[in-house]
Amino acid sequence: MAQLSYLSPSSVDDAVKALSGPSARALSGGTDLLVQVRSGRAKPDQIVDLKRIPGLIGIRSENGGFVIGSATCGAMLSEHATLSKIWPGIVEAANLIGSTQVQGRASLGGNLCNASPAADSVPALIAARAICVIAGPAGTREAAVETIVTGPGKTSLAAGEFIIAFKLPPRGPRSSDAYLRMIPRTEMDIAVAGAAVSLALDTDGVCTSAFVALSAVAPTALLVAEAGQALIGSRLEAAALTRMEEAVRGACQPISDKRGTADYRTKIAAVLAHRAAVIAWNRAKEQA
Amino acid sequence: MSKQRTAAIVNGDPVEFLSDPGQTLLDVLRDELHLTGSKEGCGSGDCGACSVIMDGRLVCSCLVLAAEVEGCRVETIEGLSTGSTLHPLQQKFLDHAALQCGFCTPGILMASKALLDANPDPTESEARYWLAGNLCRCTGYDKIIKAVLDAAAELRQDRKSA
Repeated sequence: MAQLSYLSPSSVDDAVKALSGPSARALSGGTDLLVQVRSGRAKPDQIVDLKRIPGLIGIRSENGGFVIGSATCGAMLSEHATLSKIWPGIVEAANLIGSTQVQGRASLGGNLCNASPAADSVPALIAARAICVIAGPAGTREAAVETIVTGPGKTSLAAGEFIIAFKLPPRGPRSSDAYLRMIPRTEMDIAVAGAAVSLALDTDGVCTSAFVALSAVAPTALLVAEAGQALIGSRLEAAALTRMEEAVRGACQPISDKRGTADYRTKIAAVLAHRAAVIAWNRAKEQA
Repeated sequence: MSKQRTAAIVNGDPVEFLSDPGQTLLDVLRDELHLTGSKEGCGSGDCGACSVIMDGRLVCSCLVLAAEVEGCRVETIEGLSTGSTLHPLQQKFLDHAALQCGFCTPGILMASKALLDANPDPTESEARYWLAGNLCRCTGYDKIIKAVLDAAAELRQDRKSA
């Protein structure tokens, strides 16, 4: 670490400049980056701490939706009563990441940009149709969450770019979401597979919109459009759920590793999506 | 690369220290401030032995860069007792024999303090989940959880009579 430098810019422009160097890395909660620096997997010459930039930490309402600063820690999400009520799936997904200690640091921006296929908060953000607000040398741009990660450890962010915030769309009544993951123990593990479902119902409980996203079953988190479409027009009857499960299994392209075989991951992803859909549907009915 | 100067409040006292950019809060606590109660178990945020409270939040000090604590309040195990009077958590850990080698104990005590600060009346299940990031390899968790719940009960009693 002899040549490492640390900067904590207080403006977006200074952060963009600092991140434009050849091996600069953005620091949010540090629960992935500092482990990688220590192990030698990441060898940045400059660490750029984003947390002193106004707006990077915090949750605010804007245009009927929420804007979540990209460095906001998981504990702050669950402490926000309104966010937890309207987006319980995002909050429960983020809160599955690591221990209490990790929850005090780890952020949505870091979870996304670490670019692990198994990141828990990412499918929940994708199912929610969240948008990233990205700062960079050319100014600010917006991009859907599913366009950021391009493969394990790789993102579409250019040199100098970093995520300022996530925008969650306005939420009507009878809408909710859920995230479930499979791990072989009760806490402190990485998903074998995960599934997020976000949906909206009409007054009769019929799905008017539905999005299904998966983790740990492909090189990146997946938005499975056909799975969501299978639920639209249904009240989650068995036939609709069966069609959704088939779409989920069809989208999976997992690896086999010590956490699970490809066959197991494919099978369990459909089970998780089914259960998450039922949870989201029941939650949506409670949202007057 | 030159050292950076950082000012923070540690256990209520203002401190200033110099650190290399790659040094963690844990490195500085132990090697510069000589507060060696916080332990390095894994160095990767898995074991919780280095747990401290930073601006009211429980963190692994091995996963915080020293320079990140500029202007922050840090609470370590050295600040838990009041002079020679043990904190109820410390006393209950002794009463319940909730430690053997003691390496994990400072981290578990700080994690437990953060729990009781946030939730004065945790269920056993809540306490177990809260402490899931603190590994103990010799005592076993039953005595630890009993000590935490007993300390919580005593603190609630103290608060009532205060």
